[in-house]
Amino acid sequence: MPPVSLSNEKQKDYRSNSLWRLTLRRILRQRNAVLGLIILSILVFIAIFANVIAPYAPEQVLIGLEEGIKKRQDPCIHLFGCPKDQPQHLMGIDGNVRDQFSRVVHGSRISLMIGFTTIGFAIIVGTILGSISGFFGGWVDNLIMRILDVLMAFPSLLLAITIVSVLGPGLQNALLAIAIVTIPVYARVVRGSVLSIKEMPYVAASRALGGNSFHILINRVLPNAIPPLIVTGTLGIGTAILDAAALSFLGLGAQPPMPEWGTMLGSERNQVFTAPHLVFYPGIAIMLTVLSFNLLGDGLRDAIDPRLGQSQN
Amino acid sequence: MIQYTIRRLILAIPVLLGILIVTFALARMIPGEPCKAMLGEKATPEVCERFNVRYGFDKPITTQFGIYLRDVLSGDFGQSIRFSRPVTIILIERLPLTLELGTIALLIAISIGIPAGILSAVKRNSFWDVFTMIGANIGVSMPVYWLGLMLQFAFAILLKDTFFQLPPSGRLAPGLVAIPFYEVWGWEFAKETFGYHFLEFFSNFYILNSLITGDWKLVGDAIKHMIMPAMALSTIPLAIIARMTRSSMLEVMKQDYIRTARSKGLKQNKVIFKHAFRNALLPVVTIIGLQVGTIFAGAVLTESIFGLAGVGRILFEAITARDYPIIQAFTVVIAAGYVFINLIVDLSYVFIDPRIRLE
Repeated sequence: MPPVSLSNEKQKDYRSNSLWRLTLRRILRQRNAVLGLIILSILVFIAIFANVIAPYAPEQVLIGLEEGIKKRQDPCIHLFGCPKDQPQHLMGIDGNVRDQFSRVVHGSRISLMIGFTTIGFAIIVGTILGSISGFFGGWVDNLIMRILDVLMAFPSLLLAITIVSVLGPGLQNALLAIAIVTIPVYARVVRGSVLSIKEMPYVAASRALGGNSFHILINRVLPNAIPPLIVTGTLGIGTAILDAAALSFLGLGAQPPMPEWGTMLGSERNQVFTAPHLVFYPGIAIMLTVLSFNLLGDGLRDAIDPRLGQSQN
Repeated sequence: MIQYTIRRLILAIPVLLGILIVTFALARMIPGEPCKAMLGEKATPEVCERFNVRYGFDKPITTQFGIYLRDVLSGDFGQSIRFSRPVTIILIERLPLTLELGTIALLIAISIGIPAGILSAVKRNSFWDVFTMIGANIGVSMPVYWLGLMLQFAFAILLKDTFFQLPPSGRLAPGLVAIPFYEVWGWEFAKETFGYHFLEFFSNFYILNSLITGDWKLVGDAIKHMIMPAMALSTIPLAIIARMTRSSMLEVMKQDYIRTARSKGLKQNKVIFKHAFRNALLPVVTIIGLQVGTIFAGAVLTESIFGLAGVGRILFEAITARDYPIIQAFTVVIAAGYVFINLIVDLSYVFIDPRIRLE
């Protein structure tokens, strides 16, 4: 007897492929998303090749290496008329006589790492909590959601500040704090998706075929809760980077001499009148990074769920 | 309405209790003994013992929470370790500045954000729309403290000796003193009483205080000092409000009744403000309520840049000094305020949209 249907494997392959391609095409139609993607690609490129792009190591003090170098020296760019016999420092020299450009370049690694780890952690914990809450319902749901409600009652950056002040300053603690305050968002997103998906006929079918709760949750429900998570997560990365930089600025996050943008801003904040370039560039770097994730997140939302319309929230 | 309000207030109690539990638990989660964490080098065993008895750390944790709850409800947030003064008094002194700054920032955000959003939606895809949305995207991506520093550089250095020059920091120009209204009016009463602190709280709103005492020079100076910090603080809320207004307006403008209003010959302005905007207001008001949190958190960053001695600044100082009673108290007060504002926002839905029935 000739086979009447395509094999399962092939069918799945075909479907997912076209879904992703369709989404990609929709994303590429969004001008915002494309712009975000371009900035982000450049940033990732800079982060990967930081060692090659930066002329100096981020923590290298240049005293003794260059003659007559002074701290907080203005930028020296050959293109803009800086004498050719002087070594080039695109963003000037910082308060500890280090090359600011090298530090800003290396900072991209830290900021991207911050964004991905905090949101990754928050998504994992949030997904676990949200799916338990949505799938099992009842008192478990009530308990989890009430606890998350309390966390959400705090302005998030403020709660993060309080948590770090208890845990003690440091990059790791700052990341943990930011992850904790963002967990409720992801738990809610996942819970919402799970609640609507678990009523779908294919879930009932899976149950009728004898699938247990765990199997249904992992293989039937969660994969379909991923799209909203990607959107929220992309937007969340921007906020996480912004918050982490704020904590570092306050001296609660990354500690000097780590080339973290917020820390760099924090240590030179009193020099804004005398050496504005030291404050200007790290801030621009933070802004561009956060902007790229925000643009991409907005575009993804419009692409994945066109019903949501343009740039809500 | 009253019944609904009461029910909402009762529903807020568990959340407020949760906030207290979280802040209480956080303060107890400090690694090591609280005494050593707070007193640092000075913590000898004898000192610690006295410290524990004084602050009740020798009692069981549930009793400690009970005491904490009782104290907070009676308005007592304990003693600041760094300043050796009651935290409540410090709050009375510092909170008005933050509220003043936050209110101005929020007013700027609303009064620019909403019109910008409406215009953007009405003239969709125009130059103005693109410009506003690019601005809004940049606005939400900007670190407030960086913007604050850049504004300082722009207004105090680049625009120095021009009409636009603004003082880089502080609350009043040197030499100016805000005399509390009760002293101007010659009220006499005993200090350190509840009534005194109540009046003192209001007199610490400098702009308000100098307005009612008619000191115009002071009003002008106080406002001048507030412009930069308020501008920095308002960017993120402004951007978010503008975006929300735009998307909400676009949603409403698609509705049938807008077409009806247009086709019966109503003027554009009337259609936009009377028919569209009113119905688009609900999500905008919701997002404004949520921005109060952004502003409170942003105050911690802006106040320390602009040398303003508000709640945010002292919270920052308390963190560096590990002054937990202050951190705890300020977190509670700000979170409770945030809950309260959003409660008001919830209640305001009825006035914005009469179709919403409070059942």
